[in-house]
Parts: sequence; structure tokens; C-alpha cells
Amino acid sequence: MTQRKAQISQGVFASLHYRKTRDRIIELILMTAGLVAVFTTLAIVFILFYESSYFFENVSIKDFLTDTMWTPLFADARYGILPLVAGTLTVTGVAILVAIPVGTVIAIYLSEFAPHHFRETVKPVLELLGAVPTVVYGYFALLMVTPLLQKIWPELPGFNMLSAGLVIGLMIVPYVASVSEDAMRAVPKYMREGSYAMGATKLQTALRVVVPGAFSGLAAAYILGISRAVGETMVVAIAAGMMANLTFNPTEPAATITAFIVQVSLGDLPHDSIGYQSIFAAGLVLMLITLVLNVIGFFLTRRFREAY
Amino acid sequence: MNTISDTMTANKSRQAATMQGETSAQDSDTPSLSILMDDRKASRANAAKASAEKLNFWYGSNQALKNINLVIPEHQVSALIGPSGCGKSTFLRCFNRMHDLQADTKYEGAITLRPDNVNLVGPETDPIEVRMRIGMVFQKPNPFPKSVFENVAYGLRLRGVNGRTELAERVEKALRAAAIWDEVKDRLNESALALSGGQMQRVCIARALATDPEILLFDEPTSALDPIATAKIEELITELRSRVTILIVTHNMQQAARVSDFTAFMYLGELVEVDATSKIFTNPSKKATEDYITGRYG
Amino acid sequence: MAATAHLTLEEIRKGLSWRKQLDKAFTVLGLALLFCCLGILAILFFDLVRDGSSRFGWDFFTSFPSRKAENAGILSAAVGTMLIMVVTALVALPLGVAAAIYLEEYAPKNWFTGIIEINVTNLAGVPSIIYGLLALGLFVYQFNFGQSVLTAGLTLALLILPIVIVATRESLRAVPKAIREAAYGLGATRWEVTKDHVLPYSTGGILTGLILGLSRAIGETAPIITIGALSFIAFLPPSPVTGEFPFLNFEWLMSEFTAMPIQMFNWVSRPDQAFQANAAAAGAILLGMTLAMNAVAIWIRYRFRKKISW
Repeated sequence: MTQRKAQISQGVFASLHYRKTRDRIIELILMTAGLVAVFTTLAIVFILFYESSYFFENVSIKDFLTDTMWTPLFADARYGILPLVAGTLTVTGVAILVAIPVGTVIAIYLSEFAPHHFRETVKPVLELLGAVPTVVYGYFALLMVTPLLQKIWPELPGFNMLSAGLVIGLMIVPYVASVSEDAMRAVPKYMREGSYAMGATKLQTALRVVVPGAFSGLAAAYILGISRAVGETMVVAIAAGMMANLTFNPTEPAATITAFIVQVSLGDLPHDSIGYQSIFAAGLVLMLITLVLNVIGFFLTRRFREAY
Repeated sequence: MNTISDTMTANKSRQAATMQGETSAQDSDTPSLSILMDDRKASRANAAKASAEKLNFWYGSNQALKNINLVIPEHQVSALIGPSGCGKSTFLRCFNRMHDLQADTKYEGAITLRPDNVNLVGPETDPIEVRMRIGMVFQKPNPFPKSVFENVAYGLRLRGVNGRTELAERVEKALRAAAIWDEVKDRLNESALALSGGQMQRVCIARALATDPEILLFDEPTSALDPIATAKIEELITELRSRVTILIVTHNMQQAARVSDFTAFMYLGELVEVDATSKIFTNPSKKATEDYITGRYG
Repeated sequence: MAATAHLTLEEIRKGLSWRKQLDKAFTVLGLALLFCCLGILAILFFDLVRDGSSRFGWDFFTSFPSRKAENAGILSAAVGTMLIMVVTALVALPLGVAAAIYLEEYAPKNWFTGIIEINVTNLAGVPSIIYGLLALGLFVYQFNFGQSVLTAGLTLALLILPIVIVATRESLRAVPKAIREAAYGLGATRWEVTKDHVLPYSTGGILTGLILGLSRAIGETAPIITIGALSFIAFLPPSPVTGEFPFLNFEWLMSEFTAMPIQMFNWVSRPDQAFQANAAAAGAILLGMTLAMNAVAIWIRYRFRKKISW
């Protein structure tokens, strides 16, 4: 008996202490890694506010939000963010006019109509569409889509928001389709069965039962798609031109918030000039817009996941 | 309904010293241990290996175990039976602190492990330490996706045994004790997942035995196995008794009758009755026990 | 009558045939849109290859950028991309896997963990150019890493961190609970369970996640422009391997650099049409690499799923 007790307390527990201490240290290391995500967010917020604060020492917030011209690089500089916002909104508007209908139809097709094997093969290929580097899409917009459109409308300028918007729309179709399809597949089978049992066709069931049932998921898909379009940079930088222009007409060239940041970065502005700091102010506006969209999208996603 | 008593008469009589724990109906501060000697044979009294004392357990706000007082005799097979949801698996898992892997669980009372009188469920006791002394075999055989040898050796490696010869010796010893050595000795380095269900379960038993546990817990070990594999494992359990104290949960009453020395009947989180297996299946003292055994409810 | 209360059998049949035609029409529409999208991808690829075909050749890969389109090549850009990818992988992999292990195996379900998870999800949706601004303010200026390979690598690592974390978590989750229980039952500590049983069987998923992340990083232009990558770099960063002791040097980390997507952007933005062919060639290579990496990732995921069947 006592021999057994000695064996237990020496052999096993001597190294148990070591193992447990090692475990605790490792847990701390892992937790720190997990906190990197939090630190990154905090760092983003901090840097944007910090650098923008210098900007707002020189430009009043009122001017920033209401002035209709954005010419920070000119001698007589004006700092109204509205033209950039208008550019962003127009491009995004064109993009979602493409992405939402196309993405939803494809999602309905894949979820309700397509046979299982077909869907499993096509989905990864569709996702490849979203994996194409955005600079390649920019090339596509400038050198293929614009000339094509110019054949239809010869007065279309070489840089315009229409081509950029269309290509961005194409780019986010896979994303919208994928999230929408997930939402539709989450609608339980028994709801569909109820509809089929009454003699409805697939399309009727899809439109009358599944789509309404997946509503919050679809809304999430659309909002997250909008967020992607708002944040898109290269396509607009290449194909829409980089001249700030307060207009909602997609056939004109304009700069988005993102394109402006690229333009300044390509140049040679010194670190403490207003022009340089204006990109942080612009970035701050961009960040706030996408943050709001993402948060709404996040809550909608949670709602559709919990609904069933 | 009489199959149980038939089983009992067909069993060879065993040496029995009965440890009677208090049932929940009686209230006292500490269970008194009365040792009855079977007068047919001179028998050694079986000391207690562990005893549950006023054990209560909660999942969140739901109390799953109510005031359990039970003695687990050393080198005997004790069985826990009862209908679904009675708490037998919950009680079993208190012995090796598996509940600690989930959030929001609470223990109250004690499970005292002899001879050093450690409280297995005490907050001062480290769960990992408990699991190194108490082994478990699960309902669905769960060997690691490694070779047979590595499966059995894993527990030893955790305890710092790494020398090749020593490992090989102890692995062989464990596989022999689990009555599966002959079947796997030529495929020690092949995946354990390639074995049949019954063989996998015996490898899992070997894995648990390799580390010389003081108590071996079986959580419905044969419910996922076919009758032939079940019979082999039941035979193994009765043999293993001499090396290690066994506590087995089973929803199959005949199995309890076949393999165990003592049986405890639980219902709705309480311990209703515990007695020598022969007695409890032929002449239970509580009506609830009798109703369950005769199949009046399942 | 065999009809329902309101419609005759004839009316039912007529309405039904109309509805079935709608069904068919929708199927056609869905398929058409699908193949349109995929077709455009294919057209894009082929056009790039065709437009850039005049440039493909050994010279293209071994020349530096030049003012004359025919002489301009992607040597510095390609090397830059590769060096950046090394830094990105070396940073994103351990950070992402560690964070995923923490969230999946260790973290209790409380508000603190919730905050970490919300942040991971949020970061996945932050526009890439914001990462560029972060890097500019933090790495380039506050930390003084300058406009270097190191900065670019760190920025992209942060960018793809959510991808690695999510992929790793999924593959950790795929390990059945029974295996963990068996290991705990033998007295293993949490780290031992993770190290000996969960991680080994997750390597497929982790690798997949890393490759998908890198395939995204390779094409990212905006953050690198913001940091200030130049595109007329007619030199290579110093080699990491030198002939003399200690054989390995890290000067290349702090060197200025360029990258493939930047080079393509620069060429595409030039009014001189001759450079368009260069842009197309670079784009074809970039697109080809992205598609190849995605294919490899999917193949790895498939192979690993087959190998370990629980």
C-alpha cells in the first residue's frame, strides 16, 4: 500500500507540475496571438484618428463634410469629401445593380434547382471568380469593358464609373451568391415540403417560401456585398480615373475615396503635409462607412443563423 | 423476467463481503461501513477503494446527482444500472472529472479515494492528476488514428516513459491483460482503426490498463458492439477484477447480472439501492428497484 | 367530378403547364448567368495571355523595368513578390494557427472571447486599403520599418490573418470529440491533447487556409501602394544568403522593393500603348499563379479529407 502511494506521488506528479506549468505558459502565448486581432482593430482606429486629428486642425469638420470640391493637391486647396463620397456611391450603385440580381438568381438556382453534384463542382469554380486579383479586374475594366461600351456609346470617356462599376459587380457576384445560397440552404426542408405538397413548382416554392424565409441572410449578403464594393480600390483607380468629380452620372470619370488614397500614395507628399494627412481623413470616412455596413451585416447573419 | 434470477443461479457463487452504503432515504453524517462476511467461505474483507459521500452535482442550475453515498469495494466489479437519465453516466464521470471539460458544472460533497484519502471531486484536487490515476473506457470505441502500439503507448508517454524496450514490454503486458495480444501482435504498427469494433474496444481497454489505473471506469462499453464481442469483453471484465477495481455503467441488466459483484440502482439522480448483485436481482429491498428489474418501466 | 372545388382538371393542367414553363425558363436563366460569369473569367484569362503573348519569354522574367516597353521585365517585381510572401507566410501562419487554437480549444465562452471573435470577423471585412493606411502610420513611421519588404509582409500577414484563423478553426473542429475525450481520459493536459491529437489531423485544413490566404495576398495592390512601394526599381534587394559568415543576412527585409501587382498597375496606367502588352503578360502570370494556388489548396483539402476518415 505505502509502496504504491510512493510510486504515485513521485513518478507521476513530479512531472505533472512541469506539464501543467508548461500548459499555462502556452495558454498565455496562444491568448496573446488571439489578442492580435483586437490590437489590429485598435491600431487601425488609433492611427486613423491620430493622423486625421492633424488634418482637422487645419480643416474644419463642417468644411470637410459639406464642401463640394476636393482639391487637396492644388494651390488653392479645398477639402470637401462629398465628391469622393459621390464617386464611391455611384460606383457602388452600379456594382450592386449587377451583383444583387445576378447573385440572387444564381443562388436560387444553385440552392433550389441544381442537382447536388453540379452544385458541388460549380461552387468552387464560382469562388475562383472572387479570387482574381483586383488589379487584373482593373485591366479588364479599362482595356476591355470600356472599349466594348464605347462601341455602343461612342461618347463614353476612356475613364468612367460605369465600366468600373460593372466589373466590381461581377467581382462580388460570387460573394453575394455564396452567402445568399448559405442562407437559403438554412431554410429547413419541412418548409419546402409544405409548399411542394400543395402542388407548387420549384420556382414558386423558391420565391414564395425560401426567399422570404432566408430574408435576413439575403439582406446580410447584400449589405456585405455593398461593403466590399465600397472598399474596392484598384478597379476604380485604374478605370474610373482619379479626378474628384461631384456627380452621380456613371458615364463620367470620378474618383472614389479609395482611388484618392492611391493617388496621393503614388506621389511624393511629405509626411506632415495636409495633403498627406487628408488620406487618413478620407480613410477614416471609408472605415466608418464599412464598419456600419459590416456591423449591420454581422447582426443579420447572426439572426439568420439562429432563426432555424 | 425470471432470466435474471436464472442468471444468478447459473453464476458460480463468489466470495462476497458486502459493503452496504446508506441509501438516500436515510440521512446521516457519514455512511457507516458494515462488513458482512459470507459464511460459506472464509473470505477476505474487501476494503473500500473509493467512497462517494453526500455527492451532489449540477449542470448549470440543473441538479443531476442528489446526495449519493456509495462505497466502491476494491478489486470488485460494481455496476450502476437505472433507466435513461437516472444519472449513472453522470456519476461515473465524476470519478475522473470529465465534467470539468464543460463549463458551468458544480460538485458538492466528496468522492474519497483510498488509501491516501484524496477527494477526487474536491476543488483542491487537480483533475489531470485524477485522470492519471483513474482510467476510462468509453461507449463507442475511440482509438486514436495511430498504430495499435502507439495507442497503447500514449498514456505511458504522457507519464514520461519513452525508452523503447520499456514501452514495448508494457504495451505487450497491457495487450495481454486485455486479451487481445494474440490478435494484434503481428500488426502492432498498423492503424488501430482497421480493427473490428470489439477489437478496437479491447485495444482501448489495453490503453487504459497500460498506465496501471487504480480504478477502471466503463461507460456502457459494449452497447455499440455485437453479441460475440460483447461476450468477450464481459469475460475480460470479470478477469480484470483481480488487477483493478472496476465501476461499470450499463443499461443492460443482464450484463450487470453477468459481470458484477455489486449493483447499484439509480433513479432520477438518486441512489435507490445498492447490494450484492445476487441479492439485488433476486430479492431487492425497494419496490422501485423491483419494478425496474422486472421491466415495469425502462 | 375529379376536380377541386374551384378548378376543373383542365384548368389545373393548363395552369400547371404554364408554371412548369416558368420553372424551365428560370433554370435556363440561372445556368446562363452562371456560365456568363464563368465565361467572362475564361475570356479574361485568354485575352491576357493573347495580349501579353508578345512579351512572354526568358527576357521578360530576367529584365528590370525600363522606359522602353520591349525591354521592360518583371525580375524585380517577381523577386519582390516572393520575398514578401515569405515574410507574410512566416508571420501569418504561427499567429493565425495560435489564435485559432486559443479560440477553439482554450477560450471559455465569455464576453472576452466574444470580443476577440467579433474582431476577427470584423477584420475580414475591412477594405485592404485601410490596412495600407495602418501600415503607413504604424510600421513605416511609428515603428520606423520604412517602406520595406518587412512592412509589406507584416501588412499582408495582418490582412490574411482572418482567413488563416477561420480555416484553422474549421479543421480543428472537424476532429471528433471522442478522440479528445480519450486523450483527456488518459490524463493528458489540454496542450498535450492539442499537440498530439488535434493539430496533427488538422494540418490539411491549415495548409489549405494558408495557401488560400497567400493567393489573396499575392494579388493585393492597394496596401502595398499605400506603403509606398515604387515601381521603377531597377535593382534587387540584397540576397539573404552570402558567401561569408554568418551566411544569412537580413538586410533584404529592410530593402525597398516592388511587387507584381504594382508593376502591372504601373504599366496599365501608362498612356503609352506599348506597355499594355507588358501589363497583360504580368496579369496573365499573376492570374495564373492565383488560380494555381487555389487549385492546389482545394486539392490538398480533398486529399486530407480522404486520408483521415473517422
